[in-house]
Amino acid sequence: MLLDKDRIFTNLYGRHDWRLEAARQRGAWNSTRELMQFGPEWICDQIKASGLRGRGGAGFPTGLKWTFMPKKVGDRPHYLVVNADESEPGTCKDRDIMRHDPHLLIEGCLIASYAMRAKACYVYIRGEYIHEREVLEAAIKEAYDAGLVGRNACGSGWDFDIYVHHGAGAYICGEETALLESLEGKKGQPRLKPPFPANAGLYGCPTTVNNVESIAVAPTILRRGAGWFAGFGRPNNTGTKVFCISGHVERPCNVEEEMSIPLKTLIEQHCGGVRGGWHNLKAVIPGGSSVPLIPKDVCDSVLMDFDALRDVKSGLGTAAVIVMDNSTDIVRAIARISYFYKHESCGQCTPCREGTGWMWRVLERMARGEADVAEIDLLLDVASQVEGHTICALGDAAAWPIQGLIRHFRHEIEERITNYRLGRPHVQGAAVAAE
Amino acid sequence: MSDTFKLNVDGVEVEVPKSYTLLQACEAAGAEIPRFCYHERLSIAGNCRMCLVDWVGAPKPIASCAQTVGDMRPNADGSPPNISTRSERAVKARNGVMEFLLINHPLDCPICDQGGECDLQDQAMGYGRAGSRYEENKRAVDDKYMGPLVKTVMTRCIQCTRCVRFVAEVAGVEEIGMANRGEDAEITTYLEKSLTSELSGNVIDLCPVGALTSRPYAFNARPWELRKTETIDVMDALGSAIRVDARGAGVMRILPRVNEEINEEWISDKTRFVWDGLARQRLDRPYIREGGRLRATEWSEALSAVASALKVNPAEIGSIAGDLASVEGMKALMDLLKPIGVKSLDCREDGTKLGLAADGSPMPRESWLFNSSIMGIDEADALLLVGVNPRTEAAVLNARIRRNWLKRDLPIFVVGERADLTYDFAYVGAGPESLSAIAPGSDAFETLRSAKRPMVIVGQGALARTDGAAVLHAASAIAAAVGAFQPVSGDAGGWNGFNVLHTAAGRVGGLDLGFLPSAGGRDAAGMVRALKSGDLKTLILLDADETDLGVRSGGTVIYIGSHGDRGAAQADIVLPSPAYTEKSATYVNTEGCVQRTTRAVSPKAEAREEWAIFRALSEMMGRPLPYDSLVELRSRLGADAPVFLGLDFAPQVDASTAPPPYGQAGALSAAPFKSPVSAFHLTNAICRASRTMAECAQVARGASPLAAAE
Repeated sequence: MLLDKDRIFTNLYGRHDWRLEAARQRGAWNSTRELMQFGPEWICDQIKASGLRGRGGAGFPTGLKWTFMPKKVGDRPHYLVVNADESEPGTCKDRDIMRHDPHLLIEGCLIASYAMRAKACYVYIRGEYIHEREVLEAAIKEAYDAGLVGRNACGSGWDFDIYVHHGAGAYICGEETALLESLEGKKGQPRLKPPFPANAGLYGCPTTVNNVESIAVAPTILRRGAGWFAGFGRPNNTGTKVFCISGHVERPCNVEEEMSIPLKTLIEQHCGGVRGGWHNLKAVIPGGSSVPLIPKDVCDSVLMDFDALRDVKSGLGTAAVIVMDNSTDIVRAIARISYFYKHESCGQCTPCREGTGWMWRVLERMARGEADVAEIDLLLDVASQVEGHTICALGDAAAWPIQGLIRHFRHEIEERITNYRLGRPHVQGAAVAAE
Repeated sequence: MSDTFKLNVDGVEVEVPKSYTLLQACEAAGAEIPRFCYHERLSIAGNCRMCLVDWVGAPKPIASCAQTVGDMRPNADGSPPNISTRSERAVKARNGVMEFLLINHPLDCPICDQGGECDLQDQAMGYGRAGSRYEENKRAVDDKYMGPLVKTVMTRCIQCTRCVRFVAEVAGVEEIGMANRGEDAEITTYLEKSLTSELSGNVIDLCPVGALTSRPYAFNARPWELRKTETIDVMDALGSAIRVDARGAGVMRILPRVNEEINEEWISDKTRFVWDGLARQRLDRPYIREGGRLRATEWSEALSAVASALKVNPAEIGSIAGDLASVEGMKALMDLLKPIGVKSLDCREDGTKLGLAADGSPMPRESWLFNSSIMGIDEADALLLVGVNPRTEAAVLNARIRRNWLKRDLPIFVVGERADLTYDFAYVGAGPESLSAIAPGSDAFETLRSAKRPMVIVGQGALARTDGAAVLHAASAIAAAVGAFQPVSGDAGGWNGFNVLHTAAGRVGGLDLGFLPSAGGRDAAGMVRALKSGDLKTLILLDADETDLGVRSGGTVIYIGSHGDRGAAQADIVLPSPAYTEKSATYVNTEGCVQRTTRAVSPKAEAREEWAIFRALSEMMGRPLPYDSLVELRSRLGADAPVFLGLDFAPQVDASTAPPPYGQAGALSAAPFKSPVSAFHLTNAICRASRTMAECAQVARGASPLAAAE
């Protein structure tokens, strides 16, 4: 359990003022200039030592990513792009950071940009986040007025500009290269990699794209020391993390906790437990809609970190925990997720464009039972034909939930098909009414 | 560091340049890589995923079209990386992609025009399943209007985006794009407007499926029943390499062939779609005008009428060879007329001031050639366009300029019409007075002078005017002053950056032959005036359809050509000859490359090749020409003018090359330059006979398309 003194986001719930003065009292912008005076290499080393892994979903070590940028600024400027296009279903952590603790993010932008020798930072914010953008823009204006960013930011001698760009609400624009395309004013479609953004990113210049949370925790890590941050969680899965718990729990919430906290503890301590008690749990999607679900028996003991969840063939993702109790029509739920990916596929590459629609249609029929048992294996095969064959990870994201469903709930699909053939079609909510 | 990289592809070790893509490397190793979106001349999209291969040790299969070999790493032990195109993972990936492409592709191959030459059909044979596992409904997509040339069946589209990339990159008009996303993604034109590019037909060749097909060719023929003949095009002065597909006596379609030196693999819409003009308005037998009307007649009567018309004072005979005139025809006509003392010969129907100096002495060949060669455009690092609109006068060449501009930001200066050329340029001025502004100190001059390979292109809009010789001199003097002429030195080849862009396929051949007025002879305009005044009694028009003879009281006009266009309408005797697809004829393109057409179909009815007409005429006049066959004519041609001996290459700068300036300094008029091509689709007798071209011209003018054609 994370103690209050160790929280980074001390205004995650918005109980205090987000403005500069209040943020300063909570510790933001404290000795930023001194931190910068240690130099870019020191900052990167500290972030590396802290073991911070990217909070956007893939979990790539942030410090390492920063060192991929060229060590000297050549004829092309460097850019930092902050990915605030938080669209993964179940995830709402960046939103709270931006509307309640925007100054931590802005300070992080300055420090990260300085560490990567970027003079400009773009925050690409999700289209639906109107209020968050307004808050963030107001906070940026405060920071400009206070001399914290802009020319000679914080008196460090470093000129730094920060811009907020508003997206238009496409999920795919959260993919880093699609985000860059969108930021350049083009249609949001992922680019081929290589070249990676650190080599040729925004406008062909060296660019790093980081999640809001990864950037926002950086200043506190530097202030309190890499060792402090690395002290939470298991090795290779260190630090604190904002978890977003939604679904069938008593009190859905965002909570900052230490990594590697047991899932059961997380749900019971912070959310008042599963609706109807732990035994009423059916399955949990532990990292946002794109990761495979895990059934109750796995949930009993699994730890919430990258490696533990990978070992149970799921993933930490964005740490958006979606809890589903026994009343859930699990096939219907995954079919809905499948529809989401079909709807959000950019249509650029073949397996995703054609495969997502196919998978969704088969799942829709399966949810009603109008399918053949052999189609379960067909569906699994189609999913494997999409996974790993696409330009970006959306194809994987569309395939994983289905693979998780079939891995753990194949019997339910089979049962539904059998019932349908016996003239007992599945009725949504029937199980609940019978209880 | 070496420039090559070693790979092990399916157990075959190959060493390839680092600039290769993995796809090219695999092909070098003999592996077959299927592909849809990849095209050598377009940017890499990597979106069809058909070319996935297995890089042993990589977590996922990789798209070989998008992987540069230079970015790959050897194995940990230093051995070349292992690529497998046949491993289970690679095969599964490819078969999976093929299945995805087919699930929403209609099974309408029997009624699809692409059938038989369809990439999807061919590759489905190799990589597809025997049956479909997809039991849902197939997607249907609304067809889009793309103009009179490109027919769309968008349900067949596999979203490879080749067409999108072509129009954006090569054609330079961003008029096709992908709307919507996911499985709703559709390729469409902006607001369903007609494509405005002169190169739009190439998307038909690029489309790997039957989504974009040729509208005029629709449902006309199947590829396996067509007779394919490789030949060259005469719609402009580039001599693009084409393949004429014919069935029976009819040309069914025209496709490009690859010729890196001229058209790469593109052709203009005029070249591609003019074929229906080959079946209309044809002259199929001789005619003689009687009482104001043309009467069909026999060759013997027509030829004797011509022979008697030629029995006048040679000073009263003239001949104009037009835009489509072949070298053989002009040679035979010249050999017929010159010995009897005719001095008024002219191949410059448009009145261009090339070929002869003011004193009647011949100018050097370099003064009328595109000396840098068309490929030279790729090397140029500064360009000045004088009185030329390459987009309409030589659309394929314009794509090369655009590519250089895209790739290397080629600085371009324009004197002449300010048109949309698909690239940015600095506008210097409209007319000749702007040429004098390109002097030391000016931006244009200094940019050209500091360039290693400066280029000046002069169009017929600058030369076909009374001050043409002076413009020629002024423009070539700029070329000389900026160092555009670099003689051969040591091993380094020379460079002549002065270029004349012609618009007529027959012009350079005529100039090379010397089909020009002799001392005391009249030029084309002079002949027309003399015919009107009665000083000229007989005028022979060889494929000349651009000359307006006006109202005349007398004289005999003889027209030899393939189409009933302006020339035949004004003639008193009409002799039919074959069109370019119906004869083997020599044409010299704007860069001086001598090329030959091949007969794809038989001439219409009684049409005879021009040289044979003149040979028969010479017999009748009692002065037989010294050749009885095309072979003999050509050997004679080579003996008289050695430039015709070498086929299919453009002349290079060598020690004998005459350096600019050419032409004579003189007074320049103030009139602005005007491109000779005012309507791209209607520049010669063949395209004016084409219904397709008429429709295109109508759309280009902004009129609504013909509804009945749909």
